[in-house]
Amino acid sequence: MLAKRIIPCLDVTDGRVVKGVNFLELRDAGDPVEIAKRYDEQGADELTFLDITASSDNRGLLLHIIEEVASQVFIPLTVGGGVREVEDVRRLLNAGADKVSINTTAVLNPNMVRDAAARFGSQCIVVAIDAKKVENQAFEWEVFTHGGRKPTGLDAVKWAEYMVSLGAGELLVTSMDRDGTKIGFNNPLNRAISNAVDVPIIASGGVGNLQHLVEGIQLGGADAVLAASIFHYGEYTVQQAKAYMQQHGIEVRL
Amino acid sequence: MKKIDIAVVDYGMGNLRSVSKALEHVAPTKNVLVTSNPKDIASASRVVFPGQGAMPDCIRELDLRGLRQAVIDATSNKPFLGICIGMQMLFEHSEEGDCPGLGVFNGLVTRFNADAMHDANGAKLKVPHMGWNQVYQSQVSQKPHCLWQGIENGARFYYVHSYYVLPDDDSITSGFSEYPQRFTGAIAKDNLFAVQFHPEKSANAGLQMLSNFIAWNP
Repeated sequence: MLAKRIIPCLDVTDGRVVKGVNFLELRDAGDPVEIAKRYDEQGADELTFLDITASSDNRGLLLHIIEEVASQVFIPLTVGGGVREVEDVRRLLNAGADKVSINTTAVLNPNMVRDAAARFGSQCIVVAIDAKKVENQAFEWEVFTHGGRKPTGLDAVKWAEYMVSLGAGELLVTSMDRDGTKIGFNNPLNRAISNAVDVPIIASGGVGNLQHLVEGIQLGGADAVLAASIFHYGEYTVQQAKAYMQQHGIEVRL
Repeated sequence: MKKIDIAVVDYGMGNLRSVSKALEHVAPTKNVLVTSNPKDIASASRVVFPGQGAMPDCIRELDLRGLRQAVIDATSNKPFLGICIGMQMLFEHSEEGDCPGLGVFNGLVTRFNADAMHDANGAKLKVPHMGWNQVYQSQVSQKPHCLWQGIENGARFYYVHSYYVLPDDDSITSGFSEYPQRFTGAIAKDNLFAVQFHPEKSANAGLQMLSNFIAWNP
């Protein structure tokens, strides 16, 4: 049976892994290549790198990091952050990424998702959706861009369906209300999107303990769960997370 | 000219970097060449035929580079490893874009039917089939195939695909997985081995398989 996946996420800026709460108070969490190797040894099913470098000056650093990681770690690598053109996708794939995650650009220029999927295949195109609960709208969750700062007026569930129709092979769904809060995933949001599309979805935003990972799968209907801080600071290892999920009846790769 | 130990066939589709990096990792002394030159494929000791994206595009790009015959020749005269679309292209026909394949094997490439797929708990199964699934090794005679050496029966490999092969002759199936029905994950015949999953992305089990391929003398 297909295993549910655990994906540690590494936020990278200026060549270092960092973690903050709601993009504030960034703390240094270490060297990306070392951290990637450690997660691989712990049994991570995939790794996601998000480039949160504010200026474009240091973007080249990430390509170098991906090259380093890809020559030492043989599990799927997803890279996102600042992907604006089809050419950016090509550069990341050539550096060793297996999938590229597209976020703000998907909203500004949806055709870029279609073009990238047509050229490189849906299997390597992940669309990242940052969503927030909204009141007084015809829908429950709205898509936000620019790291959760700009509202778009788009219904997150409809948006997910549209992105899949353009060729997205997987969706990374982040609840902006939950990100960094450690109170658990937004499971109703994830469930609504998971039911609406055929492609796998990755739940993100809000993990504080291992029970949250179980709920992300069982309540949220996610195919994979993404977490950062619970792993970075050694609160839990990936092995512990998998053992806990298995005890709760979830199929995992041990 | 330096002898080519392993030629990785490059027809301009997708990411061959992962495949060559994994081969270099398990065989640091071997000359691994990513190439779109039919002469390199003809002279190489071993050939790896990877693939990503949609099969009609892969076949078109293969033909544009004049690689079809070199690949077909390699399937019959040297250790050959097909990966993902590189496995699917060996068959007669794919439902993906109603596309003819290379016809090395009789059989079709068909799509998972997402609407009809549920797990034991009734939950919807997603397409593409993406992630780590168990691969069971077919028991042909008593001895497992060379490429399974040191790999546990039921070990998990990383898959990402929406189509899978239906060989006319099921005796070439060397490994299978379930999603939710049994489907062919690996085929073997003489000097040829091909897999639907990605050994280059399957951590230790995958590296073991690549290492077995390099040591294989069919």
